Amino acid sequence: MTALEVAHLDVTYRVRETDRLALKNVSFTIERGESYGLVGESGSGKSTVALALVRYLPRNGRVSGGTIAINGKDPLAMRGHALRELRAKTVSMVYQEPTRALNPSLRVGRQVAEAFELTGQNRETARESAEQMLRKVQISDPDRVMQRYPHELSGGMAQRVVIAMALAASPSLLILDEPTTALDATVEAEVLDLIAALRASFDTSVLFISHNLAVVAKMCDRVGVLYAGELVEEGPAQQLFDSPRHPYTVGLLRCIPRRGQTKEHARLDTIPGFLPSPGHSLAGCVFAPRCALAEDQCRAAPPPSFEIGAGRTTRCYRHELAPQLPRDTPADVVMSPSEAEPVITVSGLSKTFAGAGAGGRGKSDRVHALAGVDLEVRRGETLGLVGESGSGKTTLARVLLGLTPPDDGAVMELAGSPLAPDVRRRPREVLRAMQIVFQNPDSALNRRHSVRSLIGRPLVRLGGLTGDRLRDRRTELLNSVRLESRHLGLRPAQLSGGLKQRVAIARAFGSRPAVVVCDEPTSALDVSVQAAILNLLADLQGAERTSYVFISHDLGLVRYLSDRIVVLYLGRVMEIGPASAVFDGPHHPYTEALLSAVPSIDGQHPARIRLSGEIPSAANPPSGCVFHTRCPRRLTTGVCETVEPPLLEAAPGHLIRCHIPADQLHGGTSDAG
Amino acid sequence: MSDLTAEGAAAHVAVRLPSATADLPRWRLLVRRPTFVVGAAILLFWIVCAVFGHQIAPDDPLAQNLLGNNTAPAGTHWFGTDSLGRDVLSRVIVGARDILIITPLATILGTVLGTILGLFMGYFGGIFDLLVSRVVEAVLALPAVIISFLFIVALGPSTSTLILVVGLVFTPLIARTVRAAVLSERHLDYLAAARLLGENPLRVMFAEILPNVLPAILVEFTVRLGYAIFAIATLSFLGFGVQPPTADWGSDIAVSYQHDGLGAGYWWQTLFPALAIASLVIAVNLITDSVEQVQSS
Repeated sequence: MTALEVAHLDVTYRVRETDRLALKNVSFTIERGESYGLVGESGSGKSTVALALVRYLPRNGRVSGGTIAINGKDPLAMRGHALRELRAKTVSMVYQEPTRALNPSLRVGRQVAEAFELTGQNRETARESAEQMLRKVQISDPDRVMQRYPHELSGGMAQRVVIAMALAASPSLLILDEPTTALDATVEAEVLDLIAALRASFDTSVLFISHNLAVVAKMCDRVGVLYAGELVEEGPAQQLFDSPRHPYTVGLLRCIPRRGQTKEHARLDTIPGFLPSPGHSLAGCVFAPRCALAEDQCRAAPPPSFEIGAGRTTRCYRHELAPQLPRDTPADVVMSPSEAEPVITVSGLSKTFAGAGAGGRGKSDRVHALAGVDLEVRRGETLGLVGESGSGKTTLARVLLGLTPPDDGAVMELAGSPLAPDVRRRPREVLRAMQIVFQNPDSALNRRHSVRSLIGRPLVRLGGLTGDRLRDRRTELLNSVRLESRHLGLRPAQLSGGLKQRVAIARAFGSRPAVVVCDEPTSALDVSVQAAILNLLADLQGAERTSYVFISHDLGLVRYLSDRIVVLYLGRVMEIGPASAVFDGPHHPYTEALLSAVPSIDGQHPARIRLSGEIPSAANPPSGCVFHTRCPRRLTTGVCETVEPPLLEAAPGHLIRCHIPADQLHGGTSDAG
Repeated sequence: MSDLTAEGAAAHVAVRLPSATADLPRWRLLVRRPTFVVGAAILLFWIVCAVFGHQIAPDDPLAQNLLGNNTAPAGTHWFGTDSLGRDVLSRVIVGARDILIITPLATILGTVLGTILGLFMGYFGGIFDLLVSRVVEAVLALPAVIISFLFIVALGPSTSTLILVVGLVFTPLIARTVRAAVLSERHLDYLAAARLLGENPLRVMFAEILPNVLPAILVEFTVRLGYAIFAIATLSFLGFGVQPPTADWGSDIAVSYQHDGLGAGYWWQTLFPALAIASLVIAVNLITDSVEQVQSS
């Protein structure tokens, strides 16, 4: 029996008295025990599908056509009690933010038990069932976790609890909406493993929704690609990702840096244009305005679903040509090679934050965000900073910029002259030399200022420009980030995410800085927009010989853009070296774990190194090597627990902080992404 | 590069379809709300009374008629007459003037001072914020009318004193709201970006933060306006506000009260000025609610 059958589903949102079609003619089925992935960028309608299935659409949304059958029953025909029964017993949902899915005022044990009580168990059995279920989601001491409140759990632990609740009723369909997007890579890997294992043992069908193609490739048997509310391509996961047959899928896959691709090889390809606005009225194929293969036929009538092999369909007239989709962005690159000359040198850099109590209530409250960091940023290079959240990446960036003063004793130099620790005491030339592109342009751009003043202010303030020279330089900057003069009068809210980030980049480059810190500059953006921003950063670097300190949790991006890489763990440098050396090995066991946590689209999943447990608190770092509590290769001699290893040279310029000699450390799990 | 034209085209679409929270004119959302329309209509009515009161009023509000005092509402005097035989309707109409001059000015004064103080407290934080916050709390612990009362006794009642005193009493209240709004802006990255441009604190406070906390200040202003009406009317009732024989709702209620007008059954002398006060406060609060909801929508 099919677990889910969706046929010709249309969903309409009513916005300001007009109907806007959010899903159009979406059909797919999920067999019993099957895992089906829905991928698409923001605005594609993925979450609308999930909401429509269990009738959770917002007030202004309705199913305006088509049918849904869950285990043969139609939720659209259900009322009151039947609908509640369906939601309680047949379908479960897991959302992106586990901490928001849990009730903050109830203990975990109560909440999980409640899920069992809904299935008809009495209070005591429910409690026992809850405990067993928590064990099944690999929570080692359920008793203790059940006593806690949700805010006392880490993100990964909270998501396990949510999954445990979702499985309480042994649902026949489990809907996972971006279940690991808010989690760190190593935690994500664990949760994904858990979901895969549970799926096998519970025989549950899964609808897996994600923007992350690699995660879907790893988790799903079959995949549907949503674009602007339409299912444009469908097929077995591996086949679809290996040989996509819709131009959109082809373009999307080309936006992602693949296996060891770097900025020296080629620019990333991009998808021109943007998603049509909801409620669009395109006569032909929804993708035609952005498709290099589109011809008259495509614009005239929407393409039907073409069968192109066992279980594979695509809505493209020219699907045979899709793999030869012409590049949107030329591949040629102009890179000026990085030089050995350091721009920024820091040594002995530590940062201790006072604990929660103002002023710090003794030593135990102090959080050691950075401990003894030595590094240099060379002219024209990209220095990648990687590590899990809490590793000190952002603190390091803020200390370099002078936004957060370091502890006494740190030495920071800019081009050989000492660098004041506080930005307020830095002269104009120093301010000019160091700028930043923040992660979230909504926070980084003053929403009440126009693009004109956002870009122009650094030129006035740091460049001292006025009149015609100000206007000329502003135009030059606009052109260099590929904005147009008609954008000048707009406020950030009137721009798309990608355009906002371009404004932020233009602001950072206004003073012709020597170093630009890029703090996750693309993590708030869609894949196709991300590629354009990365290309832009690479082009600007080629033209201006700017150095980047590039922070990202996405190792594929770091590999693509970085010349050298620093791996941070609990505020300490665990490994530093040329990007190729760090990725090819020998690596620090932590780097190895990070690399093996990254799912890859091509389905080759190297043997995993799993990290056990959570990242320890920086307020109370482990003795000896800070990584020993999670290290899969901890030495039996006990030296790891007692002695902090020094940073040793594994090869010229490649340093690793580990007691294991470099020639015994693993290599070869390289080329993630 | 080809993505340039494409992204440009999309931005064009974005301009034509601004989101509801972006730049769609707020006033158009406001005038669609019935609560706002009702509140604004009442307020407009009183503003007309304040401006053209003497032309509208059926009688001279100051003309005494000791033979026809304390007459109940009837054909010649719709709202009756007071203890000196003056027409209550005329006094209610003309009485709008002083309260509609004093309350906005006092509230504006308090809002401006409170905004400046709140910006400094929120932006600098630390020991300055700590000390000023304690002073603010101390002031908040006392009823506004009592503090005003003390100052007016010391300074002597006059229109300018009233504005100054009520404005100063509202300053800490508004400062506290502005401070909270500034604190929620302080962690945003645009302030770090401003620091990296070497902007001085005054520019950061007034050019970067202020425009973003302005909506909160606007709501606070309308809330305080409602309170100010009560405060001024109360002070007038107590004899520290608008001085007789000037027509004023608060002091007219007081005059009736002093003659035990209610006890003698002359309810119209109290009821109509009281209704006037109530309608003005309700009108301002209706407007406040609408403004607040439009801000948060």
